[in-house]
Amino acid sequence: MLGLQKKDASLLLLVFALTMLAPFILNPFPEGSGWAQFNAGYPDLMQRFVIFGIFAIGFNILFGLTGYLSFGHAAFLGVGSYSAVWMFKLLSMNVIPAIALAVITSGLFALLIGFISLRRSGIYFSILTLAFAQMSFALAYSVLTPITGGETGLQLALDDPRILDSISAAAGGNIPVPSLFGIEMRDSSEWSVGSWVFTFNNGYYFAAFIMLCSFYLSIRIFRSPFGLMLRAVKSNQQRLNYTGLNTRPYTLAAFVISGMYAGLAGGLMAAMDPLAGAERMFWTASGEVVLMTILGGVGTLIGPVLGAGMIKYMENILSKINSDILHTWFAFLPDGLEDFIVTIIYPFIGKGWHLTLGLLFMMVVIFLPGGLVEGGQKIAKLFKRGKKDDDGAKAADATTPAE
Amino acid sequence: MDAILLQILNGLDKGSAYALIALGLTLIFGTLGVVNFAHGALFMIGAFCAVTVSRILTVSRTIIDDTQKDFLGNPLKVEVPYVHDWFGQATGDVIIDWAVPLSIFFAIPVMICVGVIMERGLIKHFYHRPHADQILVTFGLAIVLQEIIKFYYGANPIPTPAPSAFTGSFDFGAMFGFEPNTIIYPYWRLVYFAFAAVIIGAVFAFLQFTTFGMVVRAGMADRETVGLLGINIDKRFTIMFGLAAAVAGLAGVMYTPINSPNYHMGMDFLVLSFVVVVVGGMGSLPGAVLAGFLLGILESFASMRQVIEIIPGINQVIIYLVAIIILLTRPRGLMGRKGVMEE
Repeated sequence: MLGLQKKDASLLLLVFALTMLAPFILNPFPEGSGWAQFNAGYPDLMQRFVIFGIFAIGFNILFGLTGYLSFGHAAFLGVGSYSAVWMFKLLSMNVIPAIALAVITSGLFALLIGFISLRRSGIYFSILTLAFAQMSFALAYSVLTPITGGETGLQLALDDPRILDSISAAAGGNIPVPSLFGIEMRDSSEWSVGSWVFTFNNGYYFAAFIMLCSFYLSIRIFRSPFGLMLRAVKSNQQRLNYTGLNTRPYTLAAFVISGMYAGLAGGLMAAMDPLAGAERMFWTASGEVVLMTILGGVGTLIGPVLGAGMIKYMENILSKINSDILHTWFAFLPDGLEDFIVTIIYPFIGKGWHLTLGLLFMMVVIFLPGGLVEGGQKIAKLFKRGKKDDDGAKAADATTPAE
Repeated sequence: MDAILLQILNGLDKGSAYALIALGLTLIFGTLGVVNFAHGALFMIGAFCAVTVSRILTVSRTIIDDTQKDFLGNPLKVEVPYVHDWFGQATGDVIIDWAVPLSIFFAIPVMICVGVIMERGLIKHFYHRPHADQILVTFGLAIVLQEIIKFYYGANPIPTPAPSAFTGSFDFGAMFGFEPNTIIYPYWRLVYFAFAAVIIGAVFAFLQFTTFGMVVRAGMADRETVGLLGINIDKRFTIMFGLAAAVAGLAGVMYTPINSPNYHMGMDFLVLSFVVVVVGGMGSLPGAVLAGFLLGILESFASMRQVIEIIPGINQVIIYLVAIIILLTRPRGLMGRKGVMEE
């Protein structure tokens, strides 16, 4: 199917089904029940899942295949956001030109930075990309304020030119919202079944469609001769050089592709919510995508998406739990024990969710260099040895815990 | 002329912090070959040692003073630190006032312990993993450490003043025959610079003039041969890790009066100190110190008004710009050794 092997095609189908049914899968608990706070099926979060999924898929093409650890990928995300917002301001509120421009500018930016940074490798490459990203951040924050909006960020205004829209612009006095040929990105329809409420958001489905396309593209890259060449760079670049191959064009192509993915993610972020700020380029944002990719499984197809989903889920759901909620959970225990358990768990949830994330990340780097995907495979293998018949189901189970 | 002198002075204190952190980083890299992204967190822990000490010193009991009234007319409650009880009023005040310098004695053992535990507990297992893995695990550790600090000390900066003897500024210009009040410089920054110079000198002297330092330097040059000679080089390198942690911690302790410590100060400094190490040359101690001061001074020159008028925004990017140029033109950095991480 689509030029994929059977295994990859079924993976793509699985991801397709998961993203399309996400409003159901992520909303397993009925409204109003105590567990409803674990529902992740609201548009904002679902959009973030797929957008950061795209970002991590792109990062994985660089880091997973070539082993070049870039610590400045957020710069491309920021550039993508800025150019998309500018397209909204100048041309049209249609998302297609905005995203196209976001991908193109971030690609050019990546070409420039990659051309310089890829002259070095290893830690020096990391430092160079970090330096470039910090430079872009600092400039966006200070000198480039006319272009970037500085500290307030770049926002839409009522009197923006919007050349293509001006003919049909409604003079309602509201700032128009991004749309795809009239379908507004922030519109959603709701469907309630019993006490469940499922939200279907236009923006989410648009982003999910793009995510599926980019996932498909990344599978094709992974399986192509080009992808094999990138893996060869990772395993032994010196040997490649000795055989007379120039690896630079390959790594540069990988860098530009992953920069364009980041720009695409940035453009989508702007399409969902038309503003862009410099903090998207800060180096901790670059660190976040590193965390996502490693946590999910570096060099695997599905890993980065899982990692992105997991981190965004933790950021939005785990951080909401406070000590009162903990007390209600453990209310069945005797008082002293209840307080004791709450005191122990408390640092890891709510505002301290970064601590959990950091610990989890360290555990993964130390014990599971292949990330969650490797963990899933290990569990699957364990079951395979025990029972030979139902291995397929277990493998599928093992790759879904992040949902 | 006086403007130039002033900028050099301004660059010195920031440069001292860069140099101290970069010194520890490159010490770790040169001995253990580990790229330590948690080094900024060590700097931050040092700063919070100072906060802890000043909090411990001001632990107090509340007594009711009948001779004074508060604004409601009730007897005034007075907090009396225990230090007053033990040492008397005057000495107690002096001790509280000098909390930051006193924390040095607290920070050194704490930081050495933290460093040794870190090395034995975690980093030891990463010697044979790729540099990318080392970066990642120490990055994770840095997140964990700063979140722990955030949990106990909160997210807001905690002001920790310098001893009152060092508040105020020193009129440098008058001393060298310039107009009075043209070159003034806060006393504490002067102290910081002097302190950094002493620490850097001490580290170099330790490595240069003691047998222990000689063995460590031999180990940096050729670890295997030193091991074959029957010397337990791992143990010495562990101690060097502790020492590097202590240097970073002391840099943090003394930095608290300049910048109120908060939990992410380490990360802010880390990025810059990595740039410093790379500019100075991976594994080169003099390079790290030189690059630290150089970049600190360059940064303060770039933030002069006259310079910003010519090239707007240069003060924000100068360090990174210099790093990029140096990395591309001098692959080993300013004073890097041949063959150390050259690719």
